[in-house]
Amino acid sequence: MKERFAEKIYIGVLAVTQPDGSIVPLRLIWPDGRNWEIDRVLDVRPGVARKAGGEGVRYLCRISGHERELWYAHGQWFVEGGEVKE
Amino acid sequence: MGRVILHCDANSFYASCELVYRPALRGQPMAVCGSTEERHGIVLAATREAKKWGVKTAMVNWEAKLVCPDLITIPPDYGRYIYFSRRLRDIYEQYTDRVEPFGLDECWLDFSDETTTLTDGVLLAKTLRNRVKEELGLTLSIGVSFNKPYAKLGSDLKKPDATTLISPGNYRNVVWPLPVDSLIGVGERMRRKLAARYVLTIGDLAAQSPRAMHAWMGKMGVILQRYAAGEDSTPVMRTVDEPEVKSIGNSITAPQDMYTIHDAYCVMYVLADSVGARLREAGMRGKCISVSVRDVDMRCYGAQKSVEYFTAQAEEIVPIAMRILNMKGFDTLLPYRSLGLSVGSLELNTKPMQMDLLGDAARRDRLARLHEAVDSIHTRFGERAIERGLALANPLYNTIIPRVEHVVHPVGFLR
Repeated sequence: MKERFAEKIYIGVLAVTQPDGSIVPLRLIWPDGRNWEIDRVLDVRPGVARKAGGEGVRYLCRISGHERELWYAHGQWFVEGGEVKE
Repeated sequence: MGRVILHCDANSFYASCELVYRPALRGQPMAVCGSTEERHGIVLAATREAKKWGVKTAMVNWEAKLVCPDLITIPPDYGRYIYFSRRLRDIYEQYTDRVEPFGLDECWLDFSDETTTLTDGVLLAKTLRNRVKEELGLTLSIGVSFNKPYAKLGSDLKKPDATTLISPGNYRNVVWPLPVDSLIGVGERMRRKLAARYVLTIGDLAAQSPRAMHAWMGKMGVILQRYAAGEDSTPVMRTVDEPEVKSIGNSITAPQDMYTIHDAYCVMYVLADSVGARLREAGMRGKCISVSVRDVDMRCYGAQKSVEYFTAQAEEIVPIAMRILNMKGFDTLLPYRSLGLSVGSLELNTKPMQMDLLGDAARRDRLARLHEAVDSIHTRFGERAIERGLALANPLYNTIIPRVEHVVHPVGFLR
């Protein structure tokens, strides 16, 4: 099986920290400044970013009708970009 | 119900941690190697692909490159491995509080209770493996059995990402035919010793009578025979959040008895340097100094003293230790055969330090930084690269190896 890779893209996130310490991302800010509202967080659990590399808290979010994964690890947020062809 | 013990081993731990962050290297021969620039670095961990080429742990770097020219080498990042180790344990501890780590990458988990069976243990193993794969990107090989040595053995049998059950029903067929050095506690020396009497398999060892084993190699022999027979009942230590080490100490029997208090002073510095270096290496400091003395008649005396501040520096430890010797009248016991020193009441040195009003904080800080520099010189150029002037003043001092070489390895399994 051919391994698949993706670019790791660090992004800005506007989030709220709840009194219990949990973090809820509200808005995703792309490096170029474009930004999208996060409609809903569907799932939160520790997880690996298999294609881009890295691990952390994985947020499964709905953004403009699409499901997207965000990772929060060591104080930074990142997403997996498009797949890179070998 | 019988005991249900899992031994979880994170496969090619260092290498696997690196792969989580470098997915492009997946499927390639890669090894984490110590000090790659220097010629004497060794392979600390290798990926499965590298192992196929014949790369083995503890191989010298150039040797590894020889068997596998395309080998990609990466320097170790211990901070990362400690982090992963912590995360692994966090997962284990969600299932049981009886988690005993063995090195960074291995743990025993105890699930024994009234209702849990070994079959449940196998199911739990599957759950753990899946979670670790999903959350950390690592694979585990897990041994499930009714005692710790068999569980450990089981985790070595099938790798990676596999579970091996060793039950009271199958251990005679699964464990006993294996070579005796697959058993924990049997190293190369012990293997040779056993082979001399045709004890070649674990079954052979299990068949020995405890009495004969005791006569042959003492307490150790009895312990190993019990391991082999599946009769070991040592408990899985519960996790404690306090530092695992209660104290750090060393003792030395000097090559020549210590006749004067000055001799003792010199030896005390050797000990304090060793203990101090180990404290600093562990990131700890302590405030309870204990001294033990053995005189030429082999009588043993000991005393301890707590001070107000935490320390990990020989210059602060030695005066206290010497004061103990004087105060307790140990100076009347001269000559000494051996001296021991240990520092207890430990805390992590990352904690904020209580400054005392009159104490010389600047001096202490300078001292700490001096030791940091000396430690790094020792690490890079060897123990003899920089020494105390005291080493020149007293020949007694100079014949003792200052810091006992302590390679990083799991805590002793046999206590």
